[in-house]
Amino acid sequence: MTATAVLAGVGGGIDPAVALLHALQAGAVGDLVFGVLLWVLEQWYWLMDWVYFFTGLEMLNPRYRYMHRAVLVGLCVGVMAPLIGTFLVHRQLALIGDALAHTAFAGVAVGLFLNAVIDLGVSPYLTAVVVAMIAALLIELISEVTDAYNDVSMAIVLSTGFALGTTLISLNSGGLAVGVNQYLFGNLSTVSPRSAAILLVLFAVIVGTVAVTRNQLLYVTFDETAAAVSGIPVDWYNRVMVMLTAMVVVGAMQIMGVILVAAMLVVPVAGATQVSRSFTGSLLASVVLAELAVTLGIAVAYYGGVTAGGVIVLVAVGIYVCTVVFGRLRSGSEDRRSLDTGSIEVDDARTGSDD
Amino acid sequence: MTSRNGEPAAAASRGRAGADPDADPVIDLAGVTFGYAATPVVEDVSLTVDPGEYVAVVGPNGSGKSTLLRLLLGLLEPDAGTASLFGEPADRFDDGERIGYVAQHASAAKGMPVTVREVVKMGRFPHVGFGRLSGADWAAVDDALATVGMAALADRRIAQLSGGQRQRAFIARALASEADLLVLDEPTVGVDAESVDAFYDLLSTLNADGITVLLIEHDLGAVVEHADRVVCLNREVYFDGPTDTFVESDALARAFGTDAQFLAGGGE
Repeated sequence: MTATAVLAGVGGGIDPAVALLHALQAGAVGDLVFGVLLWVLEQWYWLMDWVYFFTGLEMLNPRYRYMHRAVLVGLCVGVMAPLIGTFLVHRQLALIGDALAHTAFAGVAVGLFLNAVIDLGVSPYLTAVVVAMIAALLIELISEVTDAYNDVSMAIVLSTGFALGTTLISLNSGGLAVGVNQYLFGNLSTVSPRSAAILLVLFAVIVGTVAVTRNQLLYVTFDETAAAVSGIPVDWYNRVMVMLTAMVVVGAMQIMGVILVAAMLVVPVAGATQVSRSFTGSLLASVVLAELAVTLGIAVAYYGGVTAGGVIVLVAVGIYVCTVVFGRLRSGSEDRRSLDTGSIEVDDARTGSDD
Repeated sequence: MTSRNGEPAAAASRGRAGADPDADPVIDLAGVTFGYAATPVVEDVSLTVDPGEYVAVVGPNGSGKSTLLRLLLGLLEPDAGTASLFGEPADRFDDGERIGYVAQHASAAKGMPVTVREVVKMGRFPHVGFGRLSGADWAAVDDALATVGMAALADRRIAQLSGGQRQRAFIARALASEADLLVLDEPTVGVDAESVDAFYDLLSTLNADGITVLLIEHDLGAVVEHADRVVCLNREVYFDGPTDTFVESDALARAFGTDAQFLAGGGE
């Protein structure tokens, strides 16, 4: 993990000697962490081998280690994308994922560019995380100053990111452009052990942060003013939220691609909103729906020989349509039931839906 | 401020507040001026609210009522003058659980799947910080639901409620947080007349229990009927005194600039 070492060194201090020391330390820590993650990956292979042994699913054949990694990445994405997406969708921030995905593409281009020019040997996903998180902070700070998230600035960030990406890539014409498809559309077969390890780190950070700050995130999402009055530093939680979004986007990019990654933040959450009553319920439902879409999508992609990202999104949208129909049917039957039980209930329902 | 123990300090101080006339005023604005642009929206406003008072702020549209509210809650910093909450500067005040805030229209995300109980639970968040709600916390939630008469609807989705029920849920959130001060911004907009009466009865009951109520309201009839003290605002304070005196004064006509009347439900 020389890349993290260098990045840590750059951030660590101005004095080159100190920076070098930091880099060495961070390098040692990075190697250790990477070693642990590879061990985790080995255990996962072992588990998948057993699943193959019992089910005989050709998809999980031990010869195809990349599929084992793809399934792992898919399952992690199925948890973290709707987890963060739930907080975004209910603040009308569904599009921020899209904007950050496009800036993450710029980050990928930066990584590829650096690798080509100065032979840095850094994973483009790492530079993508860094660039997307900086962009996320910028979006958040701009919105704090202007006092509103507006779609114009979001659109500007989105296109700037993509423009920067394409420019950097075309600058290094030839070899680079070949590898770009994998980032644009995602690819199951290119999930390397290293990028799987990066994803595991992102997964741990995201799930850990949400687990600790779930109360505050819920309050800020539901009622920002009341949350501020109750003493929650709203701006800080908003910053944390957009940074986590940047991480999710980069993590999911590996199999979903830049263009479709935002769908995982939004579609399962929209489906869960249709069928659940409580917030906790909707979090769980969105994770279940996302996992369903991811596993079905990966399987169809494998056996049908098509792009996983596209199939996953199509399956997710299919599930969403089902939840809409299910929600309509259920609320219809609830209305009929309350008509039978008493007029007060009906009045409540009416006034509720009117405003 | 995010992590604190669920100690019953707020409840204790609420009991004390009524008995001790020398306690810090709940709200203390001194010469507050604020403007989003060059022209001030609120100019040289001084206002002191003591524990246990029931104060209504009235004024025409665009008179700076909501801005004043944001100033006294510490969400905005005054350009001039000082704003204090419970004796501390409002913008640095960090005993958030002492304030219950109920917004106009209950503006919170309506499409969001969240039950009444989950909303009331949020009132305990300042007490538990990053931790889980204890049995005592859940008991406080249930008590608050019972006080506002929403226990039966606790597992309903908040979007399915009527306007009046939704506002009760938000009051319950404030109660669950053991707030000493209840701040309401035009809480009865879009609420049917019958529920409005019940809502004001609830506020009066809570006030009688020692909770300070600050109400921003355009419905003059409701104000005259329920509040002990009226502050009439139109950029500056036009009137500040007991409700009876307010009815007899010409402050209303001066502030509104029209022949506004005290008709119940006929605010604007």
